[in-house]
Formats: sequence, structure tokens, C-alpha cells
Amino acid sequence: MNRRNFVKALTLSASIAAIGLPAGAHAADTIKIGILHSLSGTMAISETALKNVALMTIEEINAGGGVLGKKLEPVVVDPASNWPLFAERARQLLAQDKVAAVFGCWTSVSRKSVLPVFKELNGLLFYPVQYEGEELEKNVFYTGAAPNQQAIPAVEYLMSEEGGGAKRFVLLGTDYVYPRTTNKILRAFLKSKGVSDADILEDYTPFGHADYQTIIARIKHFAAEGKKTAVVSTINGDSNVPFYKELGNAGLKATDVPVVAFSVGEEELRGVDTKPLLGHLAAWNYFMSVDNPQNKAFIDKYRAWAKKNAVPNADTVVTNDPMEATYVGLHMWKQAVEKAGSTDVDKVIAAMGGQTFKAPSGFTLTMDATNHHLHKPVLIGEVRADGQFDVVWQTQQPIRAQPWSPFIEGNEGKQGL
Amino acid sequence: MFGPTKRQWCIAAVLCVLMALAALPARAALDPALVQGLGGDFNARVAAIDALGVAGGDEAAALLDALEGGRLGTVDGRLVVIAPDGLRDATSGEALAADAGAATRITVNNRLRRAIGTARAALALSSAQPAQRLAAADTLRENASPALLPVLARALAAEQDDAVRAVLRYATAKLELASPDPALRLKAAQALGGSSDAAVKNLLAALLEKRGDGAAATWVEADAEVRAAAAASMRAIDRRIGLAQTAGTLFSGLSLGSILLLAALGLAITYGVMGVINMAHGELLMVGAYATFLVQGAFRSHLPEYLDLYVLAAIPAAFLAAALVGIAMERLVLRHLYGRPLESLLATWGLSLVLIQAARVLFGPQNLELANPSWMSGGVELAGGVVLPYNRIVILGFAAFVLVLIWLMMQKTRLGMFVRAVTQNRPMAGCVGVPTARVDTLAFAIGSGVAGLGGLALSQIANVGPAMGTGYIVDAFMVVVLGGVGQLAGAVWAALGLGIVAKFLEGWAGAVVAKILVLVFIIAFIQKRPQGIFALKGRFADS
Repeated sequence: MNRRNFVKALTLSASIAAIGLPAGAHAADTIKIGILHSLSGTMAISETALKNVALMTIEEINAGGGVLGKKLEPVVVDPASNWPLFAERARQLLAQDKVAAVFGCWTSVSRKSVLPVFKELNGLLFYPVQYEGEELEKNVFYTGAAPNQQAIPAVEYLMSEEGGGAKRFVLLGTDYVYPRTTNKILRAFLKSKGVSDADILEDYTPFGHADYQTIIARIKHFAAEGKKTAVVSTINGDSNVPFYKELGNAGLKATDVPVVAFSVGEEELRGVDTKPLLGHLAAWNYFMSVDNPQNKAFIDKYRAWAKKNAVPNADTVVTNDPMEATYVGLHMWKQAVEKAGSTDVDKVIAAMGGQTFKAPSGFTLTMDATNHHLHKPVLIGEVRADGQFDVVWQTQQPIRAQPWSPFIEGNEGKQGL
Repeated sequence: MFGPTKRQWCIAAVLCVLMALAALPARAALDPALVQGLGGDFNARVAAIDALGVAGGDEAAALLDALEGGRLGTVDGRLVVIAPDGLRDATSGEALAADAGAATRITVNNRLRRAIGTARAALALSSAQPAQRLAAADTLRENASPALLPVLARALAAEQDDAVRAVLRYATAKLELASPDPALRLKAAQALGGSSDAAVKNLLAALLEKRGDGAAATWVEADAEVRAAAAASMRAIDRRIGLAQTAGTLFSGLSLGSILLLAALGLAITYGVMGVINMAHGELLMVGAYATFLVQGAFRSHLPEYLDLYVLAAIPAAFLAAALVGIAMERLVLRHLYGRPLESLLATWGLSLVLIQAARVLFGPQNLELANPSWMSGGVELAGGVVLPYNRIVILGFAAFVLVLIWLMMQKTRLGMFVRAVTQNRPMAGCVGVPTARVDTLAFAIGSGVAGLGGLALSQIANVGPAMGTGYIVDAFMVVVLGGVGQLAGAVWAALGLGIVAKFLEGWAGAVVAKILVLVFIIAFIQKRPQGIFALKGRFADS
């Protein structure tokens, strides 16, 4: 409790500082925004930065006059990588703090655990991370990628001449709903491309797993059995650090067996020596290394914010895809509220469809009119020695999301809400 | 008098050029068309890189360097080198007026990087250093294309170093398996029997397959003798790979065992010998890891040139930090709870929460970044692609070192004798003048300090965060209980045994199932033998 109060006090004072008004005078004229990200536990490595970027964006919106003439007031809670706690904290945000919208969750299991709460209390959740699809909820806007905006293009790239012409695949993941579903979709997709079951190795580890010796040895063995092999990693959270360390130590080079990851970005690689990882891949809809004015402004803003707020290691902070998605989501919510003229959840949901925003990825992203997902470009990057990514392949246009994958049976005709 | 005729001049000139070419094949000027291919589409680039490797020469090497370093680009379809002082044409070397920003940089992806690596290796075969030639030959053994066969043959003929020759012979043999000459193929198939490379095995296996269906099927390899040689070589390779893999699994089992041991050794003293159920043991590991982090930080800011040695300096720091926390715990809390296991369990559990929160407040909730020193990165390769990482080898040795230290302390020092005496019969020890209270504190401090050393070892392979200890407390108790409460030898056998069993199960059933199976195994074992692998005999055991 102490910690929560402390964080609350901190954010409150931050927002007061930003606004420059005494607390009592504006308390009634603010719009509360919930931020529901793990600040401790195995997912803190990924989610802490999302909390930071949400606070930064709120500050930015407030500096520009707020929304409907009111300032935004962030309410930060820490669900501590504990899935049932996500539901409790979500209920607290909606019922007690009466927030207008919640930005949060990383793992699909946390999203699944808060869904009933959002449905029951008719809340509004912006979910900023790529995920497995197979879900479409009226109360949720998905600003991350669906499988056809990340996983499928990445595997297609690996199979292409340019990507090395992989014929055998290791599907490696953390043991929960996102990796299992994604791998089910990928397996069906690979089958449709003529890859046999014998050429697919599926393996899972628990959350927080730290000993990847056996798995790396198994990948090596599998890769040595002939055809060109690639690894598709859906490992989530801090297990990635020991995984990539072991990969480097075992001398498994990207030129031999490339690893493409769907949950590893600039932030996760901060704790790793990336020199042995040169050339391993990640598929996202944004990379920090993308060169355009919007991205430059975004990075500069975040750096300045991190310095001002004394974020640990503020001089080396990075931006990544889910951070961009959080940023885009908050701005789109603001536009929708202004269009609807109210923060009423149903009115905002109606106004969200068709919103556009010039994103740091350099593309103008559109919220789909019917399926609550963004149209996003797909970028595939290779790890550089400095922990950044070189974009080696990208789509020309943003792609429409298919939350219901055509590679899973029974999904025909389920595309709309 | 007539001077040489025009025609004679021409012949002389051609001869000179030919001689120059023969003497220095590497110096031949590069074909501009070939170089321009680097600026073309993807396939043209791969072809151009391959051709550069075959052509050889400093110019080719420089171009490959520039390409890999991201210093090649195109301006209006013209290939340019992007230098700090401006753009230069890649073929002629002339400086261009255009601004450096005008060039589109050529991005290198894995496919290109592999081609560059192969081409580079082909160039490095003529290096003066045997080590460089060996590395080059190794790369070519994996990736050489048939176009490189003449380059390899030339290098093999000129090579003096035996190690390099052996690798080159494999590389050539691999390519010669596709030769039209059955005698060459036979020789290649026989030579490859000495390899321990799974990729070679697959090449050989492909020869033993049949093409077509039913009666019309023909062997991929027409010659029966070659097939027999290939089959024999395959068996030899299989045997070697099998051995290497078993050795690899055994090693990872030992490595996991050594980590379990380091995590449990401190507990074997505090719980096993002193009988205190210390739920905060995991947090003592965490204290050790955080002390390591602080030492790393101090080295980074004050002695950056000795950063690689921070791990050594962290050994006393981790021990002392955890021992001090241990002393504080013993003096302030546990002292008052001896002989009341349930209360001490609850009290230490509370302490563990206090320590976790303290770490969160002081260092933040995020995991800390601890870099492996360079001498602990990488690994040594056994046959068949099995790599033993240096960090795990070092930790294995470190566990043995700590174990020997504790054994010496317990068996050879006065303090150790006191500790054994107090644990065996406290009132009697007190009667003969052993300061039992001080011995308790010291023993607990040593157990805690050893936990700190465990934390130091864990920091090199696992994540360091406030809650890292909670993941190891169960493992540590498992080891101590399985080994038998009351002495150290049981903990050693239990830790190594559990590690090896877990790793073999993991290879067979996957990480998730292996974890369950290990727990089921321990439950079953404790049912059969509640006293653990080893049980103390005598009065203490009965009490």
C-alpha cells in the first residue's frame, strides 16, 4: 500500500508540476487516465518503459491544452506481473478512480484477465502490444500488431531467398496463450507453404526461465540435420536476457541459424551484450532507427522526459514499438474524445473508427472502422552491434489487421465486431 | 637499324601482363561490371560477393570491408564508397561532388553477411597467420560453394600447417562429393568419416537415398563402393556426435548442479547444520548479486581498464555483504527464536519480504544489467557443435572452490570444530567452554556469506532483480532435504544428481514437464527415505 500511495503521490505531484496549478483548484476539471503496467516482476523489463511513455504523452497533451479544455491526470498502478492482480487493479481504476480510459497490459494472459472487468464496467482499454489475435472486444482498442502484421510476414521473409531461404523452423516460446496461439497459426501457415511437421520443432519454457543450455543444444542439433533452419522466438519478459546470453556463448550465429523474435525490441536488448547477436532479427511495426522527422521528434521528447524525470540510466533510454503504439493510442483517444465531444466510453468507441495519426514509424496509421485494430506497416530489422536494428525489409503501405487468422479453422466470416 | 617492331612490342606487353597475372593473381584489377553488381538487386549482390571471393586481391577485400561496414551506397545507380570526407566512385576511386547524404546506403542482411564471410574466408586463405587461415578454412568448411573448389585446391596444395590442411581437406571433400569422378567421390566419402559435423552426415545420407519410385528408383550415388564408404563414414560421425551430445548434456547437468549447489550450500549450513529454517535464504543470494552489481559499478566509474576483473573483486564483497546481513538477522531476530522452528519460519519469511522491498526501494524494481567479463564470454567447442560456455565452466570451478573452502573451514579450523560441537550437543559444548552464542552467530554469518557467493555466481548467468531469490529458495530446500539434513556431502550429491537428472529429462520431455517430473521424483524419494540420501547416525539424529 505504501508503495502505491508513494507512486500516486509522485505522479500527482508530477502532473501538478506540469500544470502549474494547485491540486485543489483543478482536481474536478481533470480527466483521469489509468496506466496499468507491471513495474515489478518478470515483465517489468518490458512494461516500465510503457508507463514512462504514457506519462510523457499525457504531459505532452496537457502542454498542448489538454482534452476538451481539461487536463489529463494519470493514475499509475503496479500489477506486478501477477495476472489476477491485473484484474483487481483494473477494477480499482474503473470503479474507484473512474478513469476515462486505461492504457495497459503487455502479456496476453494479463489482457485476458482484465477483459471481464472492462466488459462488466464498460471501460475502455488501449492494448499496445503485438498479440496472437483470436479476440475482438468492443471495449478494447488494439494498437499493436495482429499476427498478419508481424508473425506471418516475418516467417515469409525468413523463407524468402533474401531472408536465407529457411526450410526448417524452431518455434520457441514462453508457456502461455500468446506463444501457443501464435505457434498454432504459424504451424498452419507453414503447412500451407509445404513445410512438414518433421521440419517444425515446438518448445516452451516457463515464465522467468533462466537456463537455456538444453534448448540451445537442441536447436543446434535440429539445425544440423540438413536444411536451412530458423528460430521463431516468442519468449517474453526477462527470460530473453539469459536466452540471448546463452545464444551468444554457444556461438550460434545469425548467419547460420537466424532467430527472429516477436517480443524483443530495443528495450529488452539493453541488458545484453549485442555484439554476438549481430544479425538476429525482430519483426515490429516501428524501430527506433527509422529515419524520419516524426521519429526524431518522438525520440527527442522521450529522452528529454527521461532526463527531467530522472529515469534510471536516462542517458541511454531507447524507444520501441509498443512505446510507439502507446503514444499513437493516447493521441488517437484524444482525437476521438474531441470528435465525440465527450469522454463517454460508447461515444468515444464510435468516434475511434477512422481516426488517423502521423506516427513515428513514418506512416499515417488509421484505426480500422470496424475491427478496433490499427492498419500498420511491417518492418523487419536485424540487430546491430549497438543494440539498435537495421531495417532489412518493410511493407510499402500499412496493412489491415486480421485479428481472426485465416490459418485457424472456423474463423471465416468473423472479421468484424 | 630497325628497333623492335610494333608487333614485337605488343607481344612483349602481353607477356608482361600475363607474367604479372601469373605471379600475382591477387593483384588483377577487378572487373568494373562485377563490382557494379554490388549495387544491383539482391541476387546480383550475392553473385558479385561470391565472384569477389574467387577473384581475390586487396581491392576485393577493401570492397567487402566497406560493404560489411555499411560504407557502400549508390547514387543514381552508381556504386560509391561513403567515406568521412565525401563520396568516391567504388570502381575508379575518383571523388564525387555529391553530398554524402545523397547516397543510399546498402544494408547488409544475414544472407549477404554469410556470402561476405565466405568470400572473406576465401581471401584470408592466403593470409600469413596460420590462425587466420584456420578460421578461414573453418568458415569455408561450412559454407563453401562449388565455385571455390579451385581456390581451395590451390590453398591445400600450398598449405604447410597440419591443422589448416585437415580442415581444408574436409572442405574440399565436401565439395568433391558432387564430383563426376567416382574415384574422387570415394576418396571424399572416406575422408569425411573423420569429421564430427552433423551437416556432413546429411550430405552423406543424401547419397544413400533413392530417386524415383518403385522398381524404377535409382540410387542418388550410382557407385556401390562410394555408397559403402559413405555409410561407414556416417556411422563414425554418428558415434562421435552421439558421444559429444551426451557429454554436452552431462556438462549442462553438472553446470545446473553447481548452481543449485551454490544456491543451497549456505542453506546446508544454516538449515542443515544449525537447524534454522531460513526462508530469507533466497534474499541472501540477492544481496550477494546486488553487491556484485555495486562492485561492477565501482569498477566502471573508477577502474574502467580493469573492468574484466570486477568479478574477482566481487567475491569478498558479496561474501561480506551477505554475511553482514546474516549477522544482523541472527542477532536481531533468530537468536530469540532458536528451538521454535515455526516462529523462525514465519519471522524469516517476513524478513525476506523486507529485504525484497528494501532492494526495490534502493535499486528500483527493474532487473539490473550485469555484463559477463570478456574472459567469461564465448565457449570451447567439443565435437559435433556442442559448446561448453566459459561462464558455466568458471562457475563449476567456483562451486568446487567454495565447497573445498567450507570443507576446510568445517574440518580443519577451531571455529569449524566448535560449530560441529555445538550442533551435535549444545549443552555439553557450552559446559566445556565453547561460547555457543558467538558460534551460532559466526556459523550463520558463514552460511549467509556462502549464499552471497551463490548470488555472485547467479548474477553471471541469470537475471538479477529484487525477487530473484524467491525462484531459488524452493530449489535450495529441495537440495538440502534430498541430500539429508545435517551435513554437507549430501547436499553435493543431491545438487549434482538433481542437475543431471533435470537436464536429461529436459532433453527428453521439455523444460516445463521436466520441472514437474523433478518435483514428483523428490516427493516420491522423500516418501521412501525421509532422512534424505545420507542420514546422520548417533545421538543428534535421534533428538
